[in-house]
Formats: sequence, structure tokens, C-alpha cells
Amino acid sequence: MGFDLRKFFFRKPNIALEGQEDGNSAFVPEQAAIKCDKCKTLILSDDLTANGKVCAKCGHHFKMGARERLKYISDEGEFTELFADVVGENRLGFPEYEDKLAKARESSGESEAVVCGEIKIGGYKAVAFAMDAKFMMGSMGGAAGERITRAFEYAAEKGLPVIGFALSGGARMQEGIISLMQMAKTSGAVLKHGEKGLLYVSVLTDPTTGGVSASFAFEADIILAEPDALIGFAGPRVIEQTIRQKLPAGFQRAEFLLQKGFLDAIVDRRRLKETLVDILKKHGVEKSESAQPATDTEELA
Amino acid sequence: MTAYEIVMKSREKGRPTALKYIEKITENFFELHGDRKFGDDKSIVGGIAEINGRPVTVIGIEKGETTNEKVYRNFGQPRPEGYRKALRLMKQAEKFRRPVLCFVDTPGAYPGIDAEERGQAEAIAVSIRDMMGLKTPILAVVIGEGGSGGALGIAVADEVWITETATYSVISPEACASILWKNKDKAKDAAQHLKLTAADLKELKAVDRVIAEEDFGDEFFEKLKNDISSFFDGKSKLDADELTKQRYDRFRNIK
Repeated sequence: MGFDLRKFFFRKPNIALEGQEDGNSAFVPEQAAIKCDKCKTLILSDDLTANGKVCAKCGHHFKMGARERLKYISDEGEFTELFADVVGENRLGFPEYEDKLAKARESSGESEAVVCGEIKIGGYKAVAFAMDAKFMMGSMGGAAGERITRAFEYAAEKGLPVIGFALSGGARMQEGIISLMQMAKTSGAVLKHGEKGLLYVSVLTDPTTGGVSASFAFEADIILAEPDALIGFAGPRVIEQTIRQKLPAGFQRAEFLLQKGFLDAIVDRRRLKETLVDILKKHGVEKSESAQPATDTEELA
Repeated sequence: MTAYEIVMKSREKGRPTALKYIEKITENFFELHGDRKFGDDKSIVGGIAEINGRPVTVIGIEKGETTNEKVYRNFGQPRPEGYRKALRLMKQAEKFRRPVLCFVDTPGAYPGIDAEERGQAEAIAVSIRDMMGLKTPILAVVIGEGGSGGALGIAVADEVWITETATYSVISPEACASILWKNKDKAKDAAQHLKLTAADLKELKAVDRVIAEEDFGDEFFEKLKNDISSFFDGKSKLDADELTKQRYDRFRNIK
């Protein structure tokens, strides 16, 4: 292969502080190269992004940020964020929680673990939400649960389908029982949305576990997953500690769940948009080229 | 008592388990088995009984009392077929307009290979969702440990009651301490911060009523039976849409 290895540089974390002199400014790589976790191939960052963050060689699906995901499936410029004003607080006065929230906000660039929006996908209007691994591993607390609940209520009100990308280590323990109750709250909203005959498609991404898998993630009309995503109720470590033995290879992976009958399909991320569009089409979802994205979100607040 | 002392008490040997409540509070309990899909989970018991002459569907997570019973009951850690059985019985109750009474007492849903293979997450999720829309009154009483999603799986009710030394938590204090501080010895601190005691839960509106335990004597059960009976009297007067709307709002307002 004719790679010019000098073109490749491993990605370094960007930790330069504002106003700080960058001593290495003469040595800025034109493009970072990232090593695939699975096949160890070096991939140019731009190439990876252009390929939906999927390794072109082995098909490994890299993690994708919540906002990035929603934009990836939305038509150009057709994503309007909803409920960004709903943010978490330290309801229980749990130690170190404010620090963790602050760090999560900084590392993810998001104000909560879930991003919601009204999108157009292949010309179809939908409400979509996605969870972000960089925000406390997509854990669900009061604010995340509130955003998801509002997304379903908003979609029910507007007669729109919901597309949800689940990603979570589980409930956010710093919010104690409040976080547990979000499972019931979001489930209620899923139910009400469904009772209107509206479609909900859930896409399980790596990892989907705990209180999120045991609530809205598994309550959809159609449940898809990304290849190799870890999906389960209990995390693998908890199970290993309980049964005191190693888990078999592939256990709790998407392929395993498909075989056991808990998924409708595993869809490669690069074909996800067309798959979702096809599903919307098959459900008679209204196609609207000229529709206005909603700006008035107050009425449901 | 400190929060952790209450946690210990909620797990104490000799504390009445679900079957004891069923025996003391209901008459003519007839147990119904199986989820009609895979098997019969021994951690969840269910059936039809009467309370002051009214037929009710009773469901309880049973921990067992003796060591043999505990093993038989898998220490009150249900598998998916347990939640599916519970939901089957609830839908049956809905059809015949019987109220549903659930006794919650579990360290959590079973974290094992077989439970995962058979869709633990899906079973709990569907139970939570469908309980929200069930068109018959539901009352859940937390009588010992309310262990996370495994407890919530049968606790999406019109009201949730708790006995005064029972707990209800998103995670056990031991697991919380070990994840956050890599130190199980900090479970006492975690117990305090998680706000899992009956009094704290009432404050947070996660439970609606705290029941005095009175050393679990006959008076305790007699009073609880009458309270449950009048609760169902009240809820049975509501039409189904109003009932499910109120249930939705109850959980909707927890932010």
C-alpha cells in the first residue's frame, strides 16, 4: 500500500487552554490519523468522518457523539434542537456531582446526556434523540429523562414519528430514586405516543445497558442495533462477579441479541439513513418538503 | 437509625416476605404459574385472592425465609419469565376488572447469563410500559428492598407505599460505593447520599405513603389490609382513562 506514513499523526488530545501559547504551532499535523480499535489500521480522520465513523477495512463502528449522529441522519440543515434548556441539577446534594456534571459538559460540549431535535430525514419529518457517551456515559437522570419524555410528548402532539438512539451505562446514580423514576416516566410517554398510532424506531448503539435498556430503548415498534453494540440489562462485569466466571465471546453483543430474538435487525451505520427512510415510508409517514421546523417549543414546557 | 442501618434492616432475616403478606392480608390465595412462553419463575409469585371479599390479583417478589427457600427463590432476584408472568397476570386482572396488588422485595433483577439471554431488559421495559396503561387500579407496596429496575418492573402503580424500614433505590449502596469510590466500605456514605429511606422517598414523591411497621404484629397486617381495601374502593370508582391519566401524571411530575 502506498501510504506516506509521514502524513499520519496520532491524534493528540486538544488540551490547550485559552490564550495559552502553543509551543508546537510550527508542527501542526494537517490531518490526524486514528487507529482502528479492532483491526489496528490507521485511518485519516477526514476519511473516517466521511465514512460515518466506520472503519472502511473491517467495518468497526467508532463511537459517535449525539449531535453528530442526529446530523448524520438528518437532511442537510434540517435539524432543529429541542429542549436544550432542560438541564440537570444536584437534586440530592450528592457529593462530587456538580464537578462531574461540569466535566461532562466540558468534554461532551453538551448540556445533558441526550440531545433532542426535530429533523427531516429523506424529506420525512421526525423527532429524533441521541445519547452521548462523553456525558457521564449517557447515564439517565432527571433532565435526560425529561428531555426524552418531552420528545415523545412533542411528537405525539405534532403527529410525528420518533427515532431514538440509545446509548447508556444506565441510570445516573447521583440522582438516586429520581433517576430510577425516569424509566417509568419515559415509558409512559412512549406508550402515549404509541397509542396515537405513531411510529417509534429505536436504534441501540454501543453500549445500551441498565435503566435505559430496561425502559424506552426496548419499547419501540422497531428495534435496530449497530453491529457489535453491547446491549443488556446488567453490565458484563456485574454478571461475571455474580456467576464468577468469564462470559462467552460475543455475549450481549448485537449479533447475539438478534439470534436470541430481541432485535428486528442489525444495520450498518452507513446504511442506517436509507433504512430509516424506508421504514418511515412503509408507515405512511407524511413527507413534507416545505414544512417549517418547529420553533415554538414552549407550549409543551 | 442511620440510612445504612435501615438498609440492613430492610434485608434482615425474619422480616416478613411477600408470601407472609399474602397470607396475612388476603384470603383464598390461588397461585397461578408461568409466563406461557418459557417457564415459571420462582422469584415472583402471583395469583388471585380476596381482600375483604373483593377479588384481587396479587403479585409478589418472594425472597424466601430459610436458606433452602432462598436458593429456591433465587434470593428474590427475578428472571425475565418472572416479569412476563407478572404482566400476564396483570392483563388478566385488567380483563376481569380486578385491582392489582404488588409486593416489592428484591435486591434487583437477576444479573445472570440465562436472564440476559432471555431478554431481562426487554421484559422489564415492557412491564413498565404496559403497567402505565393498565386499565385497572394498581397498588405497589415496598416491603423490604426496592432494588432498582428489578423493583420498578412491578411497581408502576397508582400509588406506591413503603413500610418504614424498607428502602427503594436506583442502586445498592455497596455497588454505588464500589463504582464511585472503588471502596465498598463507603456503602454507609452511599446509603445516606442515595436518599433511599422511606422518609426521604416520601419527600422526593417517589412514594405516596409510609406505613408504620409496629413490629409486624397482627395489628400491622390488619390495618394494612383495611388501608389497601379502602384504597381500591376509591380507585375502583374512577373510569379507566382517568385512572391511567392520574398514574401517568404521578410519574410524569418526577423531575
